[in-house]
Amino acid sequence: MVTVRIPSALRPAAGGEGRVPASGGTVGDVLDDLIARFPGLRGRLLDDEGRLRRFVNVFVDGEDVRHEGGLARPVGEGQEISIVPSVAGG
Amino acid sequence: MSEAPRFTEEEVVRYARHIILPMIGGKGQRRLLDSSVLCIGAGGLGSPVAMYLAAAGVGKLGIVDFDRVDLTNLQRQILHTTADVGRPKVESAVDRLSALNPGIEIVGHDTVLTSANAMDLLGGYDVIVDGSDNFPVRYLANDATQMLGKPLVHGSIYQFDGQATVFMPGPETPCYRCLFPHPPPPGTVPSCAEGGVFGVLPGIVGSIQATEAIKVITGIGNPLVGRLLIFDALDMEFTTVKIRWDAECPVCGKEPSITELIDYDAFCGIAPGQVPTEAEHGVATTVGD
Repeated sequence: MVTVRIPSALRPAAGGEGRVPASGGTVGDVLDDLIARFPGLRGRLLDDEGRLRRFVNVFVDGEDVRHEGGLARPVGEGQEISIVPSVAGG
Repeated sequence: MSEAPRFTEEEVVRYARHIILPMIGGKGQRRLLDSSVLCIGAGGLGSPVAMYLAAAGVGKLGIVDFDRVDLTNLQRQILHTTADVGRPKVESAVDRLSALNPGIEIVGHDTVLTSANAMDLLGGYDVIVDGSDNFPVRYLANDATQMLGKPLVHGSIYQFDGQATVFMPGPETPCYRCLFPHPPPPGTVPSCAEGGVFGVLPGIVGSIQATEAIKVITGIGNPLVGRLLIFDALDMEFTTVKIRWDAECPVCGKEPSITELIDYDAFCGIAPGQVPTEAEHGVATTVGD
């Protein structure tokens, strides 16, 4: 089981919680598990081909998964996954 | 370097708490007085940024904004008052900042920051602070500061979330494009005009930007270089994640393909000549407006 941190903009699509437990052996599996429970997240996180959107970053224990195999990056028990979308407000 | 910092009598008193502060001292205060900072935007982030930098004695403080003060701004944009509604933001900002610190030079640039004027405008300052409210200006500010070799202190907000970091020029240090290679396409993200923004949020994120600007100028501490600070106001948590330099980055990578400023509206999916509607502009999250 891992913990996924949800930014405030996505919380309404994720049951309102800031931290959601999820399971899976890779980042992709974890996101799939999350999307299975909260289908509204799919379009916010993944493109039509199932790839991580270019303006959404996912970090595992502070490391950007794009540099570590992307959705195939393995995740382990107790790790924290942060979803960090690009925001522009000022 | 060995020359003793020279201050006026008033400066010695005004900046006394900095001058007696280890790490800053007279030398650091002199650096602040000799420095120049351009604040992009006089909105939610720009308000605390400009007020703290003016108070700290940044010698030349520029503010660029094209907008006028609106009543909806006052929930968070503390540079402006109710009496300023309808005035150009830079006029209101210059008045407020001059009242706070008449001993520094405050320059209002009442204009839209574009590819045509960015190099000249940003080129006149040592450090750039991005308090803008839309993606085209954020990518423009990034590319221009990378090309000019100037530090960019980044901050952005949405609803209850804030992000801050410092992009330094130089080899193998990340830029905004290394972090977010592409903006969200128009229409994919709800606007802040629709989604709202927590009024105190820009106060916190802007204060962090002012902190980082002062650290960069005075050379103290460890600025947020290669690190993105994420602030969650609802859970009251700060998280830091790593930003890695992307060797393939079109601006700061090994073989840059973007070597001069481009059409940033087009890059962000806004049609040529089209003034973004609120909804489209809102993709870029119009908080500061």
